[in-house]
Amino acid sequence: MDIEACLRKDYITNQVNDGKRLDGRKFDEYRDMEIEKDYVGEKACGSALVRLGDTRILVGISLNVGEPYPDAPESGVMTISTELRPIASPNFETGPPGGEAIEVARVVDRGIRESNAIETEKLFIEENKVWIVFVDIHALDHGGNLIDASGVAAIAALVNTRMPKYEDDQVIRGEWKGKLPVKCTPVPCTSVKIGDNILIDPSMDEEYAMDARLTVTTTDMMNAMQKGGQGTLKEEDILSAVDLSFEKGKEIRKVIESL
Amino acid sequence: MAKDDVELIKNGKRLDGRKFDDLRKIKIEVGVLKRAVGSAYVEWGKNKVMAGVYGPRELHPKYLRDPTKAHLRCIYNLAPFSVEDRKRPGPDRRSVEISKVSAEALSSVVMLEKYPNAGIDVFIEVLQADAGTRCVGLTAASVALADAGIPMRDLVPACAAGKVSGEIVLDLMKEEDNLGECDLPLAIIPRKKEIVLLQMDGKLTKDEFKKACGLAVDGAMKVYEMQKEALLSSINNVRIEE
Repeated sequence: MDIEACLRKDYITNQVNDGKRLDGRKFDEYRDMEIEKDYVGEKACGSALVRLGDTRILVGISLNVGEPYPDAPESGVMTISTELRPIASPNFETGPPGGEAIEVARVVDRGIRESNAIETEKLFIEENKVWIVFVDIHALDHGGNLIDASGVAAIAALVNTRMPKYEDDQVIRGEWKGKLPVKCTPVPCTSVKIGDNILIDPSMDEEYAMDARLTVTTTDMMNAMQKGGQGTLKEEDILSAVDLSFEKGKEIRKVIESL
Repeated sequence: MAKDDVELIKNGKRLDGRKFDDLRKIKIEVGVLKRAVGSAYVEWGKNKVMAGVYGPRELHPKYLRDPTKAHLRCIYNLAPFSVEDRKRPGPDRRSVEISKVSAEALSSVVMLEKYPNAGIDVFIEVLQADAGTRCVGLTAASVALADAGIPMRDLVPACAAGKVSGEIVLDLMKEEDNLGECDLPLAIIPRKKEIVLLQMDGKLTKDEFKKACGLAVDGAMKVYEMQKEALLSSINNVRIEE
């Protein structure tokens, strides 16, 4: 059991019920978000570092040539993995990814996949050969709301990914030819319920105190949702989180697309 | 992704003849396993799912123990032969995620505070899969928990809705899930009409989401009635006073 969570929960809940967040934000306000593209620009095909409050996520993109899935022989492949590195939190351990890391990867994956952001049909090379896009989410500092920071970092990195040169059945490392075709910018926005209040972009403390959370990934439509936490949500909670996610997603999308 | 070569909806009817708001055929059995404290078996269309509950019992590893309440774990497992292309045995990323959201959904109704430091284990075995297995699994799991006599605030019926050929429909079957535009599984606490599991993937507008959400909640309410009926008929000598 988490002593810190237990001790802080009541205090944070009381503050929120009085309309206050510990860091002085409004309920519909994100923490400061900084996106730095090409953070590790020398080797990786694409990368982006996102700072969201105290949270820091680095995403790196690698491209390889491999076999397509049998049910989509003319489409490229995307795989997303998350590593919650032990450097990011005293609660993270080395070893194979646990439930939390897998959830982050799969929620980010659903948003990008279901919005068809990557034009995988353009990643076809020849029969049985397609580009494989590896998206590796690397958590460096856990200050709350890993999903949004990861999702933003992933799509920001993908939008700015270069394609390696491919000649005579060989990938030529260090030489580039064009950009990865990406046609839209899905943005996940996570709200939490504390008491009867809906707050966007939970900090670490607010994640301790939350009853439930809801992530909604939007483009011009909704592309993915994920409820988390042991608490319950009413239909009106969900609808207000959806509205909030559309609104904030639009603002964040503008930032990503202007990078 | 929608494909044109399969007609999923014809003359207002679906591939298996269902209307848009029809559930597949559902059968719920209670107490199907000898060794488990509680168990249930659910057939739902072509899905066949068994759930078993062990505990409250001593919890290992020790660091998971919580002196304020019990710790509920859930393992969702697809049998290798449950799908046409054999599934490699063992947990994969999908089943770890489903296990996590299912455990969270069940934790919201089980009175965990009655068993500090203990562990409650819920195992969901999917023997045959045909879309919507997480909903079937949760439906079975909450019946199994009730069968185990573990105090709960309510059952957790679940049901999915989705979008197929532009129509919002209830309870997607495999073909609709594969070729349709969207899948929205959810689980509810019927007495409070609150939502404890919600996932979505695909493409939906807000209005379509509202409609799909309402449809899925209504579907789950029907499942709830079947759960209660199954539990009541599993107990002998019960008289229900109106």
